[in-house]
Amino acid sequence: MPTNWFDRNLKWIYTLPAVLFVLLMMVFPILYTVRISFYEWSMSATTPPKWVFLANYKALLTDSRFWHAVQSTIVFTFGSISVETVLGVAIALLLFRDFFGKNIVKTLFLLPMVATPVAMGLVWLLIYEPSIGIANTLLKMLGLPPQLWIASPTQVLPSLMVIDIWEWTPMISLIVMAGLSTLPSEPYEAAEVDGASAWQRLWHITLPLLRPTIIVAFMLRLIDVLKTFDIIYATTQGGPNNVSETLNIYGYTLGFQYFKLGMASSLLVIFFALVMGATLLMVWIRRRLEA
Amino acid sequence: MKKKKRLLNIVLGVLTAIVMLAFSFPFIWMLLASFKTQAQIMATDQFFVFKPTGKNYSSVFGEYDFLKFVWNSFVVAAGSTLGSLLLGLPAAYAIARHRLQGLGLIILVARIIPGITFLIPWFIIFSKIGLVDSFVSLILSHMLVGLPFIIWVMISFFEGLPEEIEQAALIDGCTYNKVFTNIVLPISGPGIITASLLSFIFSWNNFMFSIILAGDKTKTLPIAVFNFLSYSEINWGALMAAACIITLPVLIIALVAQRYVVSGLASGAVKG
Repeated sequence: MPTNWFDRNLKWIYTLPAVLFVLLMMVFPILYTVRISFYEWSMSATTPPKWVFLANYKALLTDSRFWHAVQSTIVFTFGSISVETVLGVAIALLLFRDFFGKNIVKTLFLLPMVATPVAMGLVWLLIYEPSIGIANTLLKMLGLPPQLWIASPTQVLPSLMVIDIWEWTPMISLIVMAGLSTLPSEPYEAAEVDGASAWQRLWHITLPLLRPTIIVAFMLRLIDVLKTFDIIYATTQGGPNNVSETLNIYGYTLGFQYFKLGMASSLLVIFFALVMGATLLMVWIRRRLEA
Repeated sequence: MKKKKRLLNIVLGVLTAIVMLAFSFPFIWMLLASFKTQAQIMATDQFFVFKPTGKNYSSVFGEYDFLKFVWNSFVVAAGSTLGSLLLGLPAAYAIARHRLQGLGLIILVARIIPGITFLIPWFIIFSKIGLVDSFVSLILSHMLVGLPFIIWVMISFFEGLPEEIEQAALIDGCTYNKVFTNIVLPISGPGIITASLLSFIFSWNNFMFSIILAGDKTKTLPIAVFNFLSYSEINWGALMAAACIITLPVLIIALVAQRYVVSGLASGAVKG
């Protein structure tokens, strides 16, 4: 066994650069954000930051736009994620069987999640465009009245959810397909002997066995949907009338359009706590279900 | 019974076709519109039958100078991927072989934290030291996505390698460092390709960090295409051509290196 100092400490030398990077680029900025959240500052060189302690948090908690953003975030997240999970599992089951061209179909199906989200947001902007978009042309062909889609305060969130569902259902399917390929064959052999129908096998064997996989997929999506930025910013920037403004978008607007850095930071601290809280809650639920 | 099964197969086949059509439709739409003139896009009766024009592409490269943005995006994506590999490979190896679970957990947390939380401090600091609108700040910020991903994928890859060869080499008097560079890295090709391709794609697609940290000199493709919205009348054809240009490299990577991309997405997802 090598005995010199360098070799004995190599595991720390190997990890040190990455750890330093994470400390500098991640931990330090988070602490900095917490600090600015107690100040009032607009990045001006002449007016230094002013210590206001919890005033930013108080202002946020009485700001109706903030509460509206909380609501939009929750509606958008759970609306998208529930459809993605059901659809994702269904499509995974559909694509898991053997059929002609399976590989190419599977690959094409995964493309929405690697395509550049901003570009895709802009493509959907054209699809939803009330006068020239194909969404309204389709409605017309079906004899239905045209809609405003993302330009309408009542339809904007569902319309954005459709984009997210299009983009990320493949993620759920991908994870579920990976889960399907690891299922044991014994229960199916037993079911065959008992003469169970395909439907019964699906409900009583496949789905229960897949439950842990589905929970993981749900959890990963939850972490990411809460943070959705690109497709919303590219299409509506939070509009119309701030209806589609999620916490992520409002934090961005406060910080980089109004330059209220203190208030934006306090929002981001709350947002950070919310995402961490949701993640820990999911981890806890998963443990409870598995125990 | 047999007839019923055949019927079921037809139904499932039709369903598969519908799903495929629905999920590839935005791509088809983008491609079609990129070959249409503004008038053809406005005329809703010319959806599928129209006389294609290449004008959108020539104006995207000529008028809007897209080659520059392609180059900027490439520099940032390649730079952040290389940087992440450099820091990430040794770290992942040490974490995998020495079971440094605590460090693994930190990496996981990096994936959970909203990226926007870092943006205000980065912007303040990078402005102070004059690094806004520089490749350095863009590469560093994109590495925050790439590095945790690469470490995460490589930990499970290294854990899957048999330890016997490495131990034999150590007994023969090889140093740990040599074992890593001369034995482990050369057989880690598949893992490194998977991790790098995905890290490259994530950086190529990144919008939130670049919109704040990039400027006129370093503008990347997602920002350039987003800027189309700021013109008074949106030039839809050129916008769709620009969207095609951004998406094409990613789609080619995904199709050609399908095996790697799928396994990267799956392992990054399931364990990340």
